[in-house]
Amino acid sequence: MFGKLTLSAIPYHAPIIMGAVAFTMLGALIIAGLISYYGKWGYLWREWLTSVDHKKIGIMYIILAFVMLLRGISDAIMMRTQQAMSFGPDHGYLPPDHYQQIFSAHGTIMILFVAMPFIVGLMNVVVPLQIRARDVAFPFMNSLSFWLTVAGAMLIMVSLGVGDFSRAGWTGYPPLSGIHYSPGTGVDYWDWAIQLSGIGTLMTGINFTVTILRMRPPGMTLMKMPIFTWSVLCTAILIMLAFPPLTVTLAMLSLDRYLGMHFFTNTLGGDVMLYANLFWIWGHPEVYIVILPAFGVYSEVVATLCGKRLFGYTTMVWATAVITILSFSVWLHHFFTMGASSAVNSVFSITTMLIAIPTGVKIFNWLFTMYRGKVRFETPMLWTLAFLVLFPLGGMSGVMLALPGADFVLHNSEFLVAHFHNVLITGTLFGMFAGYSYWFPKAFGFGLDEKWGRRAFWAWIIGFVMAFAPLYVLGFLGMTRRLNHYTNPAWHPWLEIAFVGTMVVVLGIVFQIVQLVVSVRNRERTRDVTGDYWQNGRTLEWATASPAPFYNFATIDPVHEIDEFMYLKEKGIAYKEPKQYRDIHMPRNTPAGFVLGGLSFVLGFGLIWHIWWLVVLSALATLVTVIVRAMNDDVDYYVPAAEVQQIEEARFKQLKETDPLLSGQALQHTHTPVILVHEAQQS
Amino acid sequence: MLKTRIFKGTRWLALGSLVLLDGCSLTNSPLLDPAGPVGRSEMHLIVIAFLLMLIPVIPVIVMTFWFARRYRASNTNATYKPNWAHSNKIELVVWMIPILIVAGLSVLSWITTHKLNPYKRLVVKQNGVAVKSLPIDVIALNWKWLFIYPEQHLATVNQMVIPVGTPLNIHLTSDTVMTSFFIPRLGTQIYAMAGMMTRLNLLASRAGTFTGLNTQISGVGFSKMHFKVIAMKPQGFATWVAKVHRSPKQLDFATYRKLEKPSLVNPVTYYSDVSPNTLFSDVIAKYTQGRKLTSAQEQLALRSFRSSH
Ligand code: HEM
Ligand SMILES: [Cu+2]
Repeated sequence: MFGKLTLSAIPYHAPIIMGAVAFTMLGALIIAGLISYYGKWGYLWREWLTSVDHKKIGIMYIILAFVMLLRGISDAIMMRTQQAMSFGPDHGYLPPDHYQQIFSAHGTIMILFVAMPFIVGLMNVVVPLQIRARDVAFPFMNSLSFWLTVAGAMLIMVSLGVGDFSRAGWTGYPPLSGIHYSPGTGVDYWDWAIQLSGIGTLMTGINFTVTILRMRPPGMTLMKMPIFTWSVLCTAILIMLAFPPLTVTLAMLSLDRYLGMHFFTNTLGGDVMLYANLFWIWGHPEVYIVILPAFGVYSEVVATLCGKRLFGYTTMVWATAVITILSFSVWLHHFFTMGASSAVNSVFSITTMLIAIPTGVKIFNWLFTMYRGKVRFETPMLWTLAFLVLFPLGGMSGVMLALPGADFVLHNSEFLVAHFHNVLITGTLFGMFAGYSYWFPKAFGFGLDEKWGRRAFWAWIIGFVMAFAPLYVLGFLGMTRRLNHYTNPAWHPWLEIAFVGTMVVVLGIVFQIVQLVVSVRNRERTRDVTGDYWQNGRTLEWATASPAPFYNFATIDPVHEIDEFMYLKEKGIAYKEPKQYRDIHMPRNTPAGFVLGGLSFVLGFGLIWHIWWLVVLSALATLVTVIVRAMNDDVDYYVPAAEVQQIEEARFKQLKETDPLLSGQALQHTHTPVILVHEAQQS
Repeated sequence: MLKTRIFKGTRWLALGSLVLLDGCSLTNSPLLDPAGPVGRSEMHLIVIAFLLMLIPVIPVIVMTFWFARRYRASNTNATYKPNWAHSNKIELVVWMIPILIVAGLSVLSWITTHKLNPYKRLVVKQNGVAVKSLPIDVIALNWKWLFIYPEQHLATVNQMVIPVGTPLNIHLTSDTVMTSFFIPRLGTQIYAMAGMMTRLNLLASRAGTFTGLNTQISGVGFSKMHFKVIAMKPQGFATWVAKVHRSPKQLDFATYRKLEKPSLVNPVTYYSDVSPNTLFSDVIAKYTQGRKLTSAQEQLALRSFRSSH
């Protein structure tokens, strides 16, 4: 009846797991309780869960990323605690079986359910605004992408309390992940969670490629696109090229596991090396998928907060494009130690190092944007500065790993763990934090608290250095990754430092939560009336209100410059009321995305536990939902011009009240950045 | 105020790196104090790459602090050129620096990758004649290592004894999942995979006891899958061989089948004989439908393996 699922799948006997489950459920219950208490279910359903508005979808993505970051960091704390304890006779508190599930879950979650949703979230919030579009090209597909990602994340969360998770690492190499060596459901949870979210991400890639290529306003040629939009375009193309191999690889692994096929088994012609190749043909581009948008954020932040045009825009674009192309030619560097010939190894080594060239150029361009600028040390800029200092160190260890001769001793070591955290945290995650604090006012109409922002920043920086610098050392001390126990006394002190560092990072996350609460409480103080929160905004997202009206822009005017909003301000026409309003064509909200996400979750659960009737039922229901949605012609509507006019006039009235200079055309733009609201906070 | 905060931060960073440079545990670390020529070349490569990379990395870090301080918004003395965003000279320099460094590194990579090819035989000359290498066949099992010395007709579990100064010609396979065989003090690791044979050539140039391990996650016993490597003078090695030959245990198929069953922290075991002496290739053949590779076929397979991977 329930396939492999029995009550014994719930690990009652494991207090640590049950504690985690109870904690998670308690959190969910509290949130549900609060929503009920305030009677917000209807609002939530109408305005958020069924929304196809890119801004709301973007915000939901980022909420998902933060929630999953809490899970990912809890896993990190558990691993760090274990490694700080389990030395010599002490075996710590986690048996290998549990420890291995934790690092597998941590890696999978951090990359696919923290970094990815954060990136897609920022893309959603910002890109349509930067290119003066009403929404993305396929708003319903956008909602579906999001709910598929949520379905994947939920599968991982469920694996906590029902059954177990994969023990094969986030890379899931067979034959360890094959049915012979991993007979349980853990690998299936991993597989289907990635599969569902991967399909969602693939659709995001298609969506943003089309949006950026087809929905720019007149005059915005490719070389006049804001640089963040450029990075997103390259990312979206990378997604379209890289995710299909992942889908196919995971499907092949499923065929091995479910139907006894032999793509990757040890026997009957299976080839484990094939998996390594296929996985990294996705996996390497994936690391550029998570870094390019962060590079885009840094480019925007550094230009705005230094009050200066981005240095070498054309170079930046070319560097991004070159990275995009090269990222497909380097995957073999993940297994130099598999016995390939020297010629093959050195070619892949050289292509890998070639990527350092455009990346290095970008770093210099950010530096020369600061040069002769006016650097403001608000949180987005602090994250950027930390990135500029710490990321090159990660690049340095990356180049070392790219040399096969060095990789032969550094492969699979803690040095490698230090390297990829160095680039993922100071590159991607700091970029996302920079973007979060930079565009938060655009999304919500008020700013984030600077004081708590800086506290969080310093905790993260100190914590990061303490948590990961020791790992570089441990690599040289011969420590390999994924160890739940060790006997070498020389490793112990370094692991203790890393533990303390992790706790400091946790403090940083606590400060980020406090920052959010404080910012909401003080929202009136940081209210953004002009829409140009940093008072120095250069690109079009700052030209509309904060938060932007649901249709983004009342009129779609032609674009003249890369930094169009700055251009308009300089001309003194940034806040001009349009002469005439028109009806606006908008997509209608739909529950279809939410329903399909829910059904695919059920489908995934059925597949994992071999509950075949549930699989058939949810597959049929999915099909029916798709057909019903396809037959529905009522997918859009027009906002009457009068309504648009009303909304816009209210904004202009408010603008005039706050700053008569802004409205009308009288803004005298001087190049001295005006620091009003923020200065008061900073001292 | 903010400025002082940033500088406080820097001071922390500086302090942190000082702690890192504290040599006590690093100078005798297996990677920085290797016991063989392979590891030594790899250490040199790491150091050279590190120093080369410092050429761009240090200026970037210095420039970040310098520009952030010099062009801080509150510094009204600094030049401010909001529209200056292009300079062919700077562009040229910022492309040339990484290009030159990567060009240098590429040459370095090509040369060292060929030199350090794990499949390449090591040649040691003593009084003008090449020292005969010692073949060792390694089989990765759950969760232990089996070492077969085909020329000595003996086998050991979880202990690899080697003569100093003799090139080791190691063949590897796995009778379980993918594993990676690594002796940090000697250098270079290589995967061991079922149904396949990989090779590794190492050399210990000084006596000592080193740790060997598996670096590729392989199930619950992974953390415990290490072994001791004892490098001894050739005479000592001969004595050791004689000692193993006195062991009452012998490795035949029945014993192998028992040994192959998953076990944790297997005690060191000596087998005075290995029969059949094709055990190693039989284990590979388990996964290739019983097809045994003749030596010519093996060479062919190896060559195609090398050209296709
Ligand atoms: C500051 C917070 C973090 C801490 C303390 C932390 C800690 C750890 C630890 C202890 C491990 C296991 C290392 C080992 O195998 O010995 C690990 C693995 C990993 N982490 Fe993190 N991590 C953090 C943040 C992140 C982030 C932000 C990402 C990605 C965006 C990430 C991605 C990974 C991946 C991919 C693995 C490898 C998992 C595997 O071995 O399969 N981590 N982390
Ligand atoms: Cu890669």
